Amino acid sequence: MPASLRELRQRRKSVTATKKITRAMELIAASRVVKAQQAAQAGEPYITELIRAVSAVATYSHADHPLTAHPEGGEVRRVAMLLITSDRGMNGAYSSNAIKTAARLRQRLENEGKEVVRYIVGRKAIGYLKFRGLSVRKSWDGFSDAPTYAHAQEIADTLIADFLKPYEEGGVDEIWGVYTRMESMITQSPRARRLLPLEIVQGVHEPKPGEMLPLYEFEPDPETVLDELLPLYVRSRVWFYLLQSAASQLASQQRAMKSATDNAQQLIERLTREANQARQAEITQEISEIVGGAGALAEAAAQE
Amino acid sequence: MAEAVLYVDVVAADRRVWEGEAVSVIARTTEGDVGILPGHEPFLALLVPCAAEILTPDGLREIIAVDGGFLSVAENRVAILSQYGSLAREIGLASAEKELASAEKALNEGDVDAATQQHYHRASAQVKAARRAESLH
Repeated sequence: MPASLRELRQRRKSVTATKKITRAMELIAASRVVKAQQAAQAGEPYITELIRAVSAVATYSHADHPLTAHPEGGEVRRVAMLLITSDRGMNGAYSSNAIKTAARLRQRLENEGKEVVRYIVGRKAIGYLKFRGLSVRKSWDGFSDAPTYAHAQEIADTLIADFLKPYEEGGVDEIWGVYTRMESMITQSPRARRLLPLEIVQGVHEPKPGEMLPLYEFEPDPETVLDELLPLYVRSRVWFYLLQSAASQLASQQRAMKSATDNAQQLIERLTREANQARQAEITQEISEIVGGAGALAEAAAQE
Repeated sequence: MAEAVLYVDVVAADRRVWEGEAVSVIARTTEGDVGILPGHEPFLALLVPCAAEILTPDGLREIIAVDGGFLSVAENRVAILSQYGSLAREIGLASAEKELASAEKALNEGDVDAATQQHYHRASAQVKAARRAESLH
């Protein structure tokens, strides 16, 4: 039985309002994703060069620096995991994908006998973990869609400080990052990467073994250079993660809002059709009532 | 190696400041000024806030303000990394001097946290770079 005409019209009105909102959000995300993508691209040369420089020192200096080597014979007991999600919903599966990837990483690390401590960016993950009663060592929120270098610096400095602490005081032996990489406007994939200790081979950005001369000169000396270089490296890595995640978030928001708008449009069309049908049915009923009534009256008059 | 050139890349945290070919690069490291010519051995140095100078093959001089960071050389590729690098011709001398004065004032008033010092170093590098650029033209 179709709902009453008034109800149908009311529902259509509310869906129209929702559509306006999702449409506006889609447009906002579309305009901001371009900016976020540009920011992510502009930051890339710095990171590429930094990785090149860091791998040069790490590979050719043989410096035994806490940031490149595992402490005490390479045993890893505690691992820091940085998870980057969004502050708000309406992003499709963006946050839950990142959270799932993080959960898989944690599972893997715990199977290897490592303890995982969490560092969280974004209210979505904070809410998720709090609801499940899981511990979080430190969390940040409020800048998931427009991060600045200062945010990256703050997060990186916290991570480095914990990294340099001894295990007994709550220090960590490894740092992993989970972020969402912006492949294109249509594809964003969550990634888990180890930040520290350095992985010397890191894919396409790495110079091949034969590409660089093995005799590097350092000024003033390898240790000092590493001391300065590695915090910068971690900062720029975190910065890169934040930028990529922000761009991914906006792209995935745009897509989610587009399909929401499309769905609302379909719903509006269906409701309009149903409302028209209900109106027609009402009119038809009224006419047949009038005709029936008139017929009954005429019959009664004829019998008298 | 007579016709060899350096390929120089100057990058800041949020953008690429300058890239191109050069015949020499001069920058100030923690140990003093260093000049890089084509064929230089692999080299990695810490920079202090300074005005780095790049001489291009067509005889132009690019002055770049650097607030610390790194210089790395490998196989005729020079990379200068600095969180807030900028080209001297993009900086007005007057505005750079004003920045420097305000940073100096903050320092003199006993505000010696890392951010202020960073600001001071950046401003002083910019003033140096802008002065050098003016004296050239």
